[in-house]
Amino acid sequence: MKKNIFLQTSSQTVGPFFAYGLTAQQYKYDFPSLATGNLRNKNFEGQEISIKGRVIDGKGDPLHDAMIEIWQADPQGNYNTDQESDFFGFGRMGTGGEDFIGFNFLTYKPGKINENSAPHINLTVFARGMLNHLFTRLYFSDEDNDIDKILHQVEPKLRPTLIAEKTNEGEYYFDIILQGENETVFFDI
Amino acid sequence: MATNPWNKRDWSNHPKMIYPDYKSTIYRNPKNKLLNINDIEEIPSPKFLETSMRTIDSDLTKNAKKDHDPIGERIIVLGKVIDEFGRAVPECLLEIWQANSAGRYVHREEVHDAPLDPNFLGAGMTLTDKDGNYKFTTIKPGSYPWGNHHNAWRPAHIHFSIFGRSFVDRLVTQMYFEGDPLFKYDPIFNSIPDKKAQNRLVAKFSIDETIPEFAHAYIFNIVLRGREATPMEV
Ligand SMILES: [Fe+3]
Repeated sequence: MKKNIFLQTSSQTVGPFFAYGLTAQQYKYDFPSLATGNLRNKNFEGQEISIKGRVIDGKGDPLHDAMIEIWQADPQGNYNTDQESDFFGFGRMGTGGEDFIGFNFLTYKPGKINENSAPHINLTVFARGMLNHLFTRLYFSDEDNDIDKILHQVEPKLRPTLIAEKTNEGEYYFDIILQGENETVFFDI
Repeated sequence: MATNPWNKRDWSNHPKMIYPDYKSTIYRNPKNKLLNINDIEEIPSPKFLETSMRTIDSDLTKNAKKDHDPIGERIIVLGKVIDEFGRAVPECLLEIWQANSAGRYVHREEVHDAPLDPNFLGAGMTLTDKDGNYKFTTIKPGSYPWGNHHNAWRPAHIHFSIFGRSFVDRLVTQMYFEGDPLFKYDPIFNSIPDKKAQNRLVAKFSIDETIPEFAHAYIFNIVLRGREATPMEV
């Protein structure tokens, strides 16, 4: 590793009050949102999917004040990196829903980004009580995940923590367990 | 096969996951070590465009103004976003949110008994320019109490969210103000293991950037993870 000159700025918690700034549209504050939980675009072709889940703490309680960001490739396996693309694969949601304490993203099934990679979504977790955000990945239970070289770096018995369960056609469920039994595998990347 | 060329998070500069003085860290963070993933391809960053945002959102004294200017001390917060090798990070999205001058957030669940300001929301966003520079105009936030321990008050701060050039150099942090008497009592500030790293979150008053007859200026520079200049070939 090349020697750095400047030291990384320290991370701090997102705190409990991000909603009116980072997810204003979802929580009905009068401020623009650059991203929401709906990544679909009516002019875009792809398999529509929803990804629903909760963020669970070490006592087994769901967090209502976490924020999830997702970042994914399009159905052809390409990252479309700017907001002018037909599909901008970035989404953001707070988990403080009225009828469900969790997230429910509406998006398209991503394609394989290369031959050693199963379709997946990059996922980042922020919350009050988390001084650093956590990186993980979401895979799909109806895909051939054995080909994925990142999953191969995860102990086999822990791999299920990264796989979203298909609950219906086009519907997936994925709980993020921050701590304890079935703790999700988080990455240092 | 190209592997991820980004430097890892430098854990000597970042808080521990579980820092018991900040009570809600205890159940909200993994007990297992983070899995060190090495053989991973580079993941690009979402890129946010100037055309998708309002210029007024870099001025929090204006972007929620109804009939009067917001109450409190108007300030300029400015700085530069660079990486560990000193390279400027241009066109990088900064989003901020903060309490008003009385220490009150607009957030609906905030219960602190301090007044809301009808002319102040406390949320803003901007992009860095081609040299990595950014600037916000805002109101100096007040300190506010929280329930972590007896007589717990947060030092005045502005929350920052930053997107760099990769999925992995994402940063969420807080900016503090020089000379705050609350630093030594705040577990969130003290969760950072290194005193010098703590100090780098403290914005410095600048007389040179202060605008006569208008506003004090505070400088807050941000360092994101660095990328090797040329990806290593194996
Ligand atoms: Fe705060």
